[in-house]
Amino acid sequence: MIFWQLFLTFSNIGILNFGGGYAMLSLIHNEVVEKNAWLTASEFTDIVAISQSTPGPIGINVATYTGYISVLNSGMPEWAAVLGAIVATLGVLWLPFLLMIVVSRLLLKSISSMDTDKTAIINSMFSVIRPAVVGLIAAAAILLMNSENFGSFAESPFQFIISLFIFGFAFIGSLAYKTNPIILLLLCGLAGLMIF
Amino acid sequence: MNIYTDMFVTFFKVGLFTIGGGYAMIPMVENDVVRKKRWLGSEEFIDILAVAQAAPGLFAINMATYISMRIAATREGIRGWLLGLVGSLGVALPSVIVILLIAMFFQSFKNNPWVMRFFMGMRPAVVALILVPCLRMFKTAKISVNNIWIPISACALISFCGISPVLIVLCAVVCGFVYGKMKGGRR
Repeated sequence: MIFWQLFLTFSNIGILNFGGGYAMLSLIHNEVVEKNAWLTASEFTDIVAISQSTPGPIGINVATYTGYISVLNSGMPEWAAVLGAIVATLGVLWLPFLLMIVVSRLLLKSISSMDTDKTAIINSMFSVIRPAVVGLIAAAAILLMNSENFGSFAESPFQFIISLFIFGFAFIGSLAYKTNPIILLLLCGLAGLMIF
Repeated sequence: MNIYTDMFVTFFKVGLFTIGGGYAMIPMVENDVVRKKRWLGSEEFIDILAVAQAAPGLFAINMATYISMRIAATREGIRGWLLGLVGSLGVALPSVIVILLIAMFFQSFKNNPWVMRFFMGMRPAVVALILVPCLRMFKTAKISVNNIWIPISACALISFCGISPVLIVLCAVVCGFVYGKMKGGRR
């Protein structure tokens, strides 16, 4: 049953997500593209592109979109795909929500008696988790550097080289000039429209 | 307006008008929750950000839930969990609506050659735009010569050895806990 699987998969992704939407991408890629083959790699990249340029948290956008396309790809009608989108979105939300309620109850009760030992343990815990999350995001980028997104040099060297230029342009634009990602995505899309 | 509707509307607006993920929401939430509605003080708000960032899950949902629990703790007759639920659904709903509209629209245009070329140009840029926040996080994650092996091995295990990122996250949580305990015990 794809709905139940979507719910379970996204529950997992939700609770294991430290460090925001981008860290979630390698988890989603692993579950949805590699393990379950609900989406192709290029469909996944398109979903990320659209999720980056529409309002709301990236994690929710990707979950909603992935739920929709996964159900559609399994051959079911559109109304079922809408249901899939809702199921995936609720899946990604419910565990962190419950956990937050428990955590805030505990914190509010003990906020005055929070001893420095406990804070130190939590701080050193995150001194390991945060660097690992950086690795997770890097992995998402590396996994997407494939022939589906860049073309292959053997088959069409032209597309491959142009893709590398586009990659470099977006990279420098975002890192050095802090250009708005939506503007970058639109410019690169227009470049593709004119060149390819 | 009662506080539940108010909460829903506030976070619906936040979800609708912020592009670029959870962190882009911070200034808008602060403006509404601290300055306009005066539900919380600004120091309380900073504490909330720290907790919402540290906990697993989506930053926006964590923020909405924790803010609600804080409000309920200081006022009589408010159910914190319900307020949190309303806020979380409020922040998620615009995404769901917008994405579903786009998904339905895009499915029927997917095979249009213009759209295909547009997306062919956009895909390499998507990869670059994932790499940039990763590099920016080097600072916030306090990565130095001593711990750079952590992100490098995490990344290599996932992308070259096919290890599930789930395992990497669980391993980091366990190792972090053990490391924290050991360090705490030494003092």
